[in-house]
Amino acid sequence: MEISDLKAIAKELRVDIIRMLVEAGSGHPGGSLSCIDMLVTLFFHKMRHRPHEPTWPDRDRFVLSKGHCVPALYAVLAKAGYFAREELATLRKLNSRLQGHPDRHRLPCLETSTGSLGQGLSLALGMALAGKTAQKDYRVYCVISDGECQAGQVWEASMAAPKFRLDNLCALLDYNKIQLSGAVKNIMDLEPLLDKWRAFNWHTLEIDGHDFAAIIRALDEAEKTKGRPTLILCQTIKGKGVSFMEGKWEWHGKAPNREEGERAIQEILAQS
Amino acid sequence: MGAKATRVAFGEALVRLGSENPDIVVLDADLSKSTMTEYFARKYPGRFFDLGIAEGNMVGTGAGMALAGKIPFICSFACFVIGRFEQIRMSIAYSRANVKIVGTHAGIGIGEDGYSQMALEDIALMRSLPNMAVIQPADAVETERALEYIVTHQGPVFFRLMRQKTDDINPPDYQFRFGKGVILRRGKDVSLMATGGVVANTLKAADILGQKGVAAQVVNVPTIKPVDRELIAEAAFSHGKIITVEDHGITGGLGSAVSEVLSELGRGRIKRVAVEDFAESGDAEGLYRKYGLSEDNIARKALELLQD
Ligand SMILES: Cc1ncc(C[n+]2csc(CCOP(=O)(O)OP(=O)(O)O)c2C)c(N)n1
Repeated sequence: MEISDLKAIAKELRVDIIRMLVEAGSGHPGGSLSCIDMLVTLFFHKMRHRPHEPTWPDRDRFVLSKGHCVPALYAVLAKAGYFAREELATLRKLNSRLQGHPDRHRLPCLETSTGSLGQGLSLALGMALAGKTAQKDYRVYCVISDGECQAGQVWEASMAAPKFRLDNLCALLDYNKIQLSGAVKNIMDLEPLLDKWRAFNWHTLEIDGHDFAAIIRALDEAEKTKGRPTLILCQTIKGKGVSFMEGKWEWHGKAPNREEGERAIQEILAQS
Repeated sequence: MGAKATRVAFGEALVRLGSENPDIVVLDADLSKSTMTEYFARKYPGRFFDLGIAEGNMVGTGAGMALAGKIPFICSFACFVIGRFEQIRMSIAYSRANVKIVGTHAGIGIGEDGYSQMALEDIALMRSLPNMAVIQPADAVETERALEYIVTHQGPVFFRLMRQKTDDINPPDYQFRFGKGVILRRGKDVSLMATGGVVANTLKAADILGQKGVAAQVVNVPTIKPVDRELIAEAAFSHGKIITVEDHGITGGLGSAVSEVLSELGRGRIKRVAVEDFAESGDAEGLYRKYGLSEDNIARKALELLQD
């Protein structure tokens, strides 16, 4: 797909995310908006998958380790045709398949259930290891967040993946620098972050996580890299696309009300 | 009706107790704005430590501080802190570390976030550890009085709190007695034993039963471990019919604690009202109806038991 098409989809899905959260009355806009560009690039440009056959054994796998940002994933899945767009309005409502955090039992097109931070990379590692063991050529993509990198299990997984030479595993780190209650650097600094991944023997790349061409280049390079997994450090902005949310921890886990949602949507639509 | 969340009452009381006892330190894991330890953090920044999204390390750090003489409160959503069970088992319980584990946002009452953020196995896990006390207050005043006790308690405690506001069910001069249940209403036909915010629903269930001519005793059980055996025995040997009510999974919680006592006594019958299955996202009221914690369902269960 052309970059201009990806841009148009991301714009449309940013609006869907805001609509969903307004309708639900709760949820996480900041981190959903910071990762949507990578998700769009993965699902509409890079990944091998069949929306009409979600359990296709040879599909590339996607794990959203930062499960609270699942509105971004639901928007992408609906747009890709996994389910009807109307269903997005049921987010977080009783009896909905669209749980507040991903539930793969209710919505089988999700690869994993997540929502407790720190666990997704291990799941992705397991899928990659299973793929290698079965001599399958599918790839596994995992989006993790920065606050999440404070969890020890992330580093246990990051130690294990190079040991097993999992070049079919690619982690994208959504480095938006804000977590639930403030700036990552004040709560538990991660720097030097890229050096840490490098020291754990990953192939590492650093890009602007809102630049589609850069995301595509990085994903291609990851695929060409043999013998070890790739970590793409994506420099992003929490709340990207809505000026009053950008860089604000206050918009980590609060849904916009109707008026705020309308303002956000107008702003997104006005962007080129 | 004061209607305050027990986590808010906790956050406020912790500030007061912090001024009385300089050994109190507070640890959190990027949830201080939700566990309400941010009040303490603002007042005593030198005694507050945010460990980031790293609950396992928070458990160990808290245990270490306790072994070095402090009284640490380690705080997060109950599912995340109790999720570090093996660290709690080893570093806190087996080490006999005087750590106070505070788990907020317990139960399905948190609503829209769904199962991943709901603690439904935490009482079961903490009850399984020797020497671990398990306390769950039902309202704001009980939270304050229980917290005052917890600071003086020698040994680890799990303090289970709720996100949502709960009705006041205790009088302002309420006294907390560790290990003791509180009879809120007398009744000769059946005992309704509840813990946490659902004590309020249970009182309403007793009203419904009253309209049907059934006199239900209502007991608030703030200490789940050690559970009040005497009170359970009294019910077992009088009418012998007990309903337990809790916003927790059906396995291992208050219902199990009461069942254990009853089967050892060889007397009494029980029906447990608790959450079966994983629950889900939704509004709290709708979830309580769907998963059987509404007053109507509590009353229905009691009638079933009486007709059995
Ligand atoms: C193990 C665990 N601890 C705590 C939480 C509660 N929580 C949900 S989101 C969040 C902050 C996440 O920040 P970050 O990882 O930076 O994500 P992003 O900025 O991409 O939204 C926290 C602490 C959780 N989901 N899991």
